[in-house]
Amino acid sequence: MATTTTPTTSAATSSAPAPAAPGVDVARAVRVGAIGSVALAFVAAIGMLQTFDNRVVFVPFLSLGDVIFFAVPLVTGYLAGVVPPGPMGGTPRVSAARALLGAAIAGVVVAALPAVLIATLRSDLDLRRTFPNLSPGLAQILTLGQEGAAGYLALLAVCVGLALVGGALLLTEERMRRAVVRGVEIVLVLALIELIARQFLGNLGLGALHQRLYVTNSGLRWLPAVVLFVLFTAVSYVLAGRRASARERMLRTGPERQRRSLIVTLVLAAALLVMPMLVGSIVNELFVNVGLFMLMALGLNIIVGYSGLLDLGHVTFFAVGAYGMAVLTSPASPGFAPELGWWLALPIIVAMAAAAGIFVGTPVIRLRGDYLAIVTLGFAAILERLFISDWLRPYFGGAQGIRRIPGVSVGATTVSGTDPRAMLYLTIGFVLVAVYVSWRLQGSRIGRAWAALREDETTAQAMGVDTTKAKLMAFVAGAMISSFAGALFAAKVGSVFPNSFELLVSIVILVIVIVGGMGHIPGVLLGAVVLIGILGGPRLPGLLQEFQDYKMLIYGTLLVYMMLMKPEGLLPSVRRTRELHQEEFLQDAWFDKKGHFTDDPDATGAEVAVTEASAPPIAGDAADGTEPR
Amino acid sequence: MSASTAPAATIGTDEWPGPLLEIRDLKKNFGGIQALGGVDFTVERGSIVSVIGPNGAGKTSFFNVISGLFPPDEGEIYFKGEDIAGLAPNQITDRRLARTFQNVKLFPNLTVLENVMVGRHCRTRSGAWDAILQTPRYRREQKETEEYAREVLSFFGSRLAGYRLEQPAFVLSYANRRRLEIARAMATAPDLLLLDEPTAGMNPRETLELTELIGRLRSDKGFTVVLIEHDMKVVADVSDRVTVFDHGVRLAEGTYAEVSTDDKVIEAYLGRPADEEKTA
Repeated sequence: MATTTTPTTSAATSSAPAPAAPGVDVARAVRVGAIGSVALAFVAAIGMLQTFDNRVVFVPFLSLGDVIFFAVPLVTGYLAGVVPPGPMGGTPRVSAARALLGAAIAGVVVAALPAVLIATLRSDLDLRRTFPNLSPGLAQILTLGQEGAAGYLALLAVCVGLALVGGALLLTEERMRRAVVRGVEIVLVLALIELIARQFLGNLGLGALHQRLYVTNSGLRWLPAVVLFVLFTAVSYVLAGRRASARERMLRTGPERQRRSLIVTLVLAAALLVMPMLVGSIVNELFVNVGLFMLMALGLNIIVGYSGLLDLGHVTFFAVGAYGMAVLTSPASPGFAPELGWWLALPIIVAMAAAAGIFVGTPVIRLRGDYLAIVTLGFAAILERLFISDWLRPYFGGAQGIRRIPGVSVGATTVSGTDPRAMLYLTIGFVLVAVYVSWRLQGSRIGRAWAALREDETTAQAMGVDTTKAKLMAFVAGAMISSFAGALFAAKVGSVFPNSFELLVSIVILVIVIVGGMGHIPGVLLGAVVLIGILGGPRLPGLLQEFQDYKMLIYGTLLVYMMLMKPEGLLPSVRRTRELHQEEFLQDAWFDKKGHFTDDPDATGAEVAVTEASAPPIAGDAADGTEPR
Repeated sequence: MSASTAPAATIGTDEWPGPLLEIRDLKKNFGGIQALGGVDFTVERGSIVSVIGPNGAGKTSFFNVISGLFPPDEGEIYFKGEDIAGLAPNQITDRRLARTFQNVKLFPNLTVLENVMVGRHCRTRSGAWDAILQTPRYRREQKETEEYAREVLSFFGSRLAGYRLEQPAFVLSYANRRRLEIARAMATAPDLLLLDEPTAGMNPRETLELTELIGRLRSDKGFTVVLIEHDMKVVADVSDRVTVFDHGVRLAEGTYAEVSTDDKVIEAYLGRPADEEKTA
């Protein structure tokens, strides 16, 4: 490749002189390959490849199973040649030999365990008692349908071939590489949202376009897929030229940033208004679920993201909202049944949630960190037991729950789960309220108190912040926002059962906040879309029903990946990025633009480098250092 | 004493005629270790008092007890005639007694401006509903908070100005972190400011600058200042009174000239002369 280079081009790297280009790292290639091999054998053995093989994403030849299968050697081949960043930062150049040879080695290693798997499947050895998913169909996938020795060769060819592609990608210019990855991402997402696209285009009267692009109940046709891939890659390549400065601007506060976010907000608002009309009831219902989790995650974001109080029992407030609504509105409420209207019951429920926030908050006010998390976890467990208990059965119906909860009366009509579109509008309304409240609180006096609390509790108190009050306020605000979700949930489903409020829900909400970007409203919203919309909630299917069985596995993997690679989340707040990359940030700041140590005697280097003229992008450089691409 | 003779209505207010801070027989033990063994201490309004003493003499413990981080075991702390012993740190800051820390304690990921704005927390009252509904009070306070923070920071000249206002605190140099901590304490609009080793880790030029600044804290802002300091030049330059601590008790008290010639003080710092040690 043209970009193979001598070590003397160090001036080209942004912050530090690059060390000499290292040779082929066989140990690394084997290690990475072995990890890839285990990963591939694992997803094969648990039946993921077969399940996902039923969904064709690129018609006629590429299924989701294939995509996952192929992704493993591709990524492995790429990673085999990567040079780990040195102590001084900076990305060393990779020689062609290192990238390609490393990739080839890794490719061969990747093929090893799957080959063993094929051999096992073909032999008389029956492992299906332990691994029920090890069926002959799996061998078909792994060997690309080839029989005999040709099957092994096919596997080897796929692994080595794709690993080489991955290795070659490492040699391309970074801007191009990012553009290609972005292109793949977009096309893959477009292929997976066939259902939404069908309804969307159909309602716009563009059914013909859908027929051209997609195959119904399947994926993208291959030719449009290629065209779209080239298009999006080109677009992101061109945009990447201006992206560095855009990123810098994003990280600055000030009027320009506000204007940008205003535009984004307006576009999103318009999309929100129109979208529910253009998609069908299944998708609308899905979005309602996403909205409910957005509300819960926004509530938790105030507690965890703004105030730094780890709450592992957030489902409590959801349960209070749902059960409160059930008891107050349902005629079938076994104990106390005032049969109020939904809107009349809402303020009562929000007040109840606030009380629950104080109830949970008060005993934990003296606790910090881990201890707080465990106590909140305990509270949630107790609450679930209480709702299911015989003791409170006369009030909450025990395991039978409470049924016949009326919908929400809006004007003359009643909105309930049977009309997902109206329900979605109602949910969007509440999400907007929650977003507004979160946004206003963050920049306010109490928001600053929360930030101080999160940074250093003792100092915050010494500076005059009433930490007890601030903590309780965080719990109350978080609880109130989350109770909206419970109230809507009760009206939507029409019944509440204790098992809707299991511990898992708390965990999922926390994962949404973490994966999305703690303390950052757009991040939290995106987290809900990705986790609930695409993967599905604890009990609800997402857009991809195939994920259903593997949801928890994917949640877990995602969480581990995010913690290791991008702990600030998908859409991080500036502050959180700084927090997590403080060291790298300072390290970058120690160098001035020419890559020299600063020697200004007046101030430490950290300040000198960050002058107005040469301010490095605060999070940009730091984040880039850790991203695997 | 003056505390008993003054009219009750003036307790805790600026009209209080007695000393601003009056401490009697303050005691504090940590486990078996005596940190403070009965300290009496008085600060008149408008004065600058230095607290000096060898390492481990109990100076920082003294500050920690006054500012409420630890409750005293025994003794009274009268601030404007009101006993504040045992109050929570935020309640004490609320009564206009602020402090800085020996090991600088900023909010590292908040910006310089935000750090100072947190100091305004106890002087503003708007709550969550004000923020959500954007009440006039909220908008006024929000504006005032920011303006006040900027004004306080302008006290440090070009040191904490311009682009630095939007920088996270952790990128600041050591000297600037100390300045920012003083600014944050100033933002709480205190009557009494406790500075714990404000010049520690500063070079001679920065120390000189800060010495002058401490003087201005009184002359321009009207603060009463108590500082712990090891740099005797700073102590000599700024203090009206000097109190010497050793082993948790007050060893001497007076002007710098008086204290610096006191035999007991010299002994505490330098040890006894060799010939005396033999006879003891």
